[in-house]
Amino acid sequence: MLMPKPEERLLAMRDDIVAALRDIVPGEGTIADAEALKVYESDGLTAYRQVPLAVVLPTTVEQVSAVLRYCHEAGVKVVPRGAGTGLSGGALPLQDGIVLGLGKFKRILDIDYANRAVRVQPGVTNLAITQAVEHAGFYYAPDPSSQIACTIGGNVAENSGGVHCLKYGMTTNNILGVELVLMTGEIVRLGGRHLDAAGYDLLGIVTGSEGLLGVVTEVTVRILQKPATARALLLGFPSNEAAGRSVAEIIAAGIVPGGMEMMDRAMIHASEAYCRPGYPLDAEAILIVELDGPQVEVDHLIERVREIALACGANSVRASASDEERLRFWAGRKAAFPAVGRISPDYMCMDGTIPRKRLPEVLERMRALSANHGLRVANVFHAGDGNLHPLILFDANVPGETEKAEAFGADILRLCVEVGGVLTGEHGVGVEKRDLMPAMFGEADLAHQERLKCAFDPAGRLNPGKVFPTLHRCAELGKMHVHRGQIPFPDIPRF
Amino acid sequence: MTGMIEPKDEKSLVQLIRWAAAEEKPIELLGAGTKRALGRPVEATLALRLGGIAGIEDYQPEELVVSVRAGTRIADLDLALGQRGQMLPFEPGDWGPLLGAPARGATIGGVVGCNLSGPRRIKAGAARDHVLGIKGVSGRGEVFKAGGYVVKNVTGYDLPKLMTGSYGTLAALTEITLKVLPKPEKTRTLLAFGLDDDAAIRLLCAVAGSPHEVSGLAHLPHGVARRSRVAYVSGAGKATTAIRIEGPAPSVAVRLEALKAIAGKLGALEELHGSNSAALWSEIANGAFFAADDAAQIWRLSVAPTDGPKATALVRAALPGAEAYFDWSGGLVWLAVPPSSDARAQTVRGALGGLDGYATLIRASATTRQSVAVFQPEPSALAALSRRVKEAFDPKNVLNPGRMTAGT
Repeated sequence: MLMPKPEERLLAMRDDIVAALRDIVPGEGTIADAEALKVYESDGLTAYRQVPLAVVLPTTVEQVSAVLRYCHEAGVKVVPRGAGTGLSGGALPLQDGIVLGLGKFKRILDIDYANRAVRVQPGVTNLAITQAVEHAGFYYAPDPSSQIACTIGGNVAENSGGVHCLKYGMTTNNILGVELVLMTGEIVRLGGRHLDAAGYDLLGIVTGSEGLLGVVTEVTVRILQKPATARALLLGFPSNEAAGRSVAEIIAAGIVPGGMEMMDRAMIHASEAYCRPGYPLDAEAILIVELDGPQVEVDHLIERVREIALACGANSVRASASDEERLRFWAGRKAAFPAVGRISPDYMCMDGTIPRKRLPEVLERMRALSANHGLRVANVFHAGDGNLHPLILFDANVPGETEKAEAFGADILRLCVEVGGVLTGEHGVGVEKRDLMPAMFGEADLAHQERLKCAFDPAGRLNPGKVFPTLHRCAELGKMHVHRGQIPFPDIPRF
Repeated sequence: MTGMIEPKDEKSLVQLIRWAAAEEKPIELLGAGTKRALGRPVEATLALRLGGIAGIEDYQPEELVVSVRAGTRIADLDLALGQRGQMLPFEPGDWGPLLGAPARGATIGGVVGCNLSGPRRIKAGAARDHVLGIKGVSGRGEVFKAGGYVVKNVTGYDLPKLMTGSYGTLAALTEITLKVLPKPEKTRTLLAFGLDDDAAIRLLCAVAGSPHEVSGLAHLPHGVARRSRVAYVSGAGKATTAIRIEGPAPSVAVRLEALKAIAGKLGALEELHGSNSAALWSEIANGAFFAADDAAQIWRLSVAPTDGPKATALVRAALPGAEAYFDWSGGLVWLAVPPSSDARAQTVRGALGGLDGYATLIRASATTRQSVAVFQPEPSALAALSRRVKEAFDPKNVLNPGRMTAGT
């Protein structure tokens, strides 16, 4: 992975940069010590590491604004960072850039139950929002698996998902407003406690922009009332095809489950060995289907899903009779990553999305790729929304295996795009999938996205080297070839 | 205005926009033109009618996804989805009659361009939440695509959201991929009568915060309710508060009883089924109560739900002839004001002072829409950012110039 070549000018002015940051954020809020900087050298994508020039941890929006204004004027590159749990390297530091950490913005500012809106600072964890409102019967719906640690600011940057996206949407569908500091230091507010922000939907653009457009200093989220009941079915199938057909039939019947997860044989066995959730070991694939809502509705739909699964050839069907049993069904799924960690020294988690109906075919071709690359793969799949998480098993201590795993991963993502899907469903492009962007987007597609970046950050100082495979100058992108001439189709009748 | 052209395909659209950019001739983009009177008037050399680029490209009911050409009529799309028991979850209203155009003419491109969402927005989300992918021609005359054909996707910037609600000022959309949902098996609407605005919105907000998963929360003061075509509403002779429940039959029955227990404390109740329920919610979505009086100028206020009655009371105090009704649990106020050359903009926007939210002028004469800010003016840093976004897609300012703000 090639990062933009560090600018000598910036490396040489490190002491000045640190001094300027200290003026804005004094004391421990500015970190320049080599040992202390190492903490920030990577995010959740630990394969890539880079110690930054300095780290600054402001505590007020005024400080964030002053830091960005200084960096804008001095031409210093900035990498924003939340909790550093991202899986695509979005917060990977630059050798010639600073890291701007929002970890000290930890306050919940306002809880408005009547309007179901909660205003929080970006360093509040995803789970802390739910914890702050659950006594009143509410929760915040997106639940990425890192929700104990990941922050809402990072969720906005990555447009994080979770297992409930089909029914409840991703971050972008569950936030109402943000306060955003632009690279110039200007502070703008997008949205608020009302629905449908006015003007261009810049809130929609900033969500999922991976820290390339601005720094979020406040978020207003929408909270939902907790469903009255949740029950789950654990379904075992003799083939991936039967499980896939069952998913399609459930959706076709007009049922939108709160969560619908699939695991393949390799994953079932890894999970069972890890925490004994009681999965059927003779199954080729299992589905966990969770229905939530009013009790009578859930009981009604559990029966309908059971009938559909049996008609599709399920050879084991269990419906949770208690919340304890429901959580046991989920335990194996939630422990999927550590379970794989136990059977392999290293693993790489991929994140493509495919049209659901292509699943059996994709799994089949993935098996062939696995044989070609000589590496094992286990699959967990958000079957409800088509988001696939193949876990590639490898050993980084064996020379060449990391590169093999990367090549295997790239093949899987290209396969996702080929069948009509996308490179990333919820982890983001970051540095990890940056060079694969041309597999999904043409030159003009990418140029239109990059020009949007130029509208926010014309000098390209905010998180450069992420998302886009090639860095273009904004002036170059803005050029337009004009062909003067006759109006086309003069013979088209006017009316 | 020299005339109107109807390009038949993307290729001719590209040529026309390239010509416009080269000659710096502004063009007006239209679907069927039913919302041409929405937004500021566009002064264009040429109008492009995109209704000819129509038809369903790909519909996969089991994927809950449909790709359509942007000129496809909503009526045709509804029909195709309905045949497979599905629907557009965001329930866009038909604003044709309100804006002096025929009913049932609107296209998906126009609805997405205006980010038009109806009563179910409180549960299902807005149009912008359902646009998964787009293809279009920017003001540079270049074809581009963004987003995808799957419901979960974070690859690249979410340009589909930016295009939604951009009123054709950034690109002419040619293809739109939407998330769809199954139609509810059963629908019931519970009516409560005689509540004042404050009490009604308190009830609706309490219901919104209950676990009963309602899909419509509206309040019609008496002056508005009496114009409903639904006899149960107009005949009651009182303000009417409406709560919609959708879902599998057994679930609807239980939730309806639970809601009756909550609302029944406030007085007599009524229940709407089938066509009466559908008729009421389409009146609410379409602004139908205000369509008959051609003279009235109409605003929509988007506010935090509990602020809806507050802002409305301020407007009413200043303008005794003003009328209002509430959707989205109070978060959307439809407001008709007695006509004046400035559509009472200062009074209306003044009522929002200090609140989160904004006001959009929905109906007024072209002269008024020319002189009054139709969309809420943005603070300077944000306005400058919006201008740069416009320039990124349309550097020669040829697509619907002036539709959203003067100059862009």
